[in-house]
Amino acid sequence: MSLINTAPEMALTTKIDDFLNWTRKSSVWYMLFGLACCAIEMMQTGGPRADLDRFGAAPRATPRVSDLIIVSGTLTLKMALRTKVLYDQMPDPKYVISMGSCANCGGLFQLAYSVCDGVDKVIPVDVYVPGCPPRPEALTEGLIKLQEKIQQERWLVRKPVAANA
Amino acid sequence: MAVSDPAAVHAVLRSHFGDAIGDLAGTRPDNAGTTVAPSAIVEVCRFLKTETGLAFDCLSNLSGVDYPKRNIIEVVYHLYSYRYRHLFVLKVEAPRDNPAVSSVAGVWSAAEWQEREVFDLLGVTFEGHPDLRRILMPEDWPGHPLRKDFVEPEEYHGISTSRESLLKT
Repeated sequence: MSLINTAPEMALTTKIDDFLNWTRKSSVWYMLFGLACCAIEMMQTGGPRADLDRFGAAPRATPRVSDLIIVSGTLTLKMALRTKVLYDQMPDPKYVISMGSCANCGGLFQLAYSVCDGVDKVIPVDVYVPGCPPRPEALTEGLIKLQEKIQQERWLVRKPVAANA
Repeated sequence: MAVSDPAAVHAVLRSHFGDAIGDLAGTRPDNAGTTVAPSAIVEVCRFLKTETGLAFDCLSNLSGVDYPKRNIIEVVYHLYSYRYRHLFVLKVEAPRDNPAVSSVAGVWSAAEWQEREVFDLLGVTFEGHPDLRRILMPEDWPGHPLRKDFVEPEEYHGISTSRESLLKT
């Protein structure tokens, strides 16, 4: 008990942050959002061999309970508007993985009239996974990178107030 | 009695429709066909489908081609007969500035969506079509993208359609 009383206050809040982040990063529920051939690889990643479930990531069928949207495949301009609607329906905090060349920059189809060259033109992206399509190992690595990012986030620390405020 | 030779199919059409049928084009059995006058396309299609010995019961493809130099848009019908296993191609030319062709959706209902696709991508109006809407592009898309003179819009609903290259030149 004396340890808690004597420890600096900042150290204690940081640990709560770490604990909260650890719980959050261990239950990243991703929305089923397959757009093209990358979706097949995403299914493989969720399947028994790559098994994304062992990181606590479970597929969800609705954006309203999802923490993560994996944009897997070619994003057309028509779909881009709907992607924005789905992203807006997700509760905060929410994350985006852009999977494959098409979602990153339009990829092979970026000169086509109907293709949105990059999902980052519509919604903010946290992790870009390169590949055409990325292997399940690559997507798993993308999720681990996202977990590292979640672990670094700080929610309880009061932001420093500007001196002249 | 099946009429399996494209030349024979063409001869039957000529004898029934006269000047509405153009010359036989194409050399192989799988690409031979003819042009048809726009006013006669529905009757020709219905005849090809129902006539004994022809029985083109399947519209395998309906597409369109833009020819700016000839100032026409060509609608192409690929017909197939499951009963006799023979093929025939019909082509209809429409003026480029206001292309309008009679719909064959009443003959083969498979034509309905394929005509919507040609309308969507090339802007051909199919008269008598039950539900002529865009099928692939968004409803508010400007223009018809498979036309040769289509200019891609700068942005769509605030999304810019170009991307700066990451490669330094």
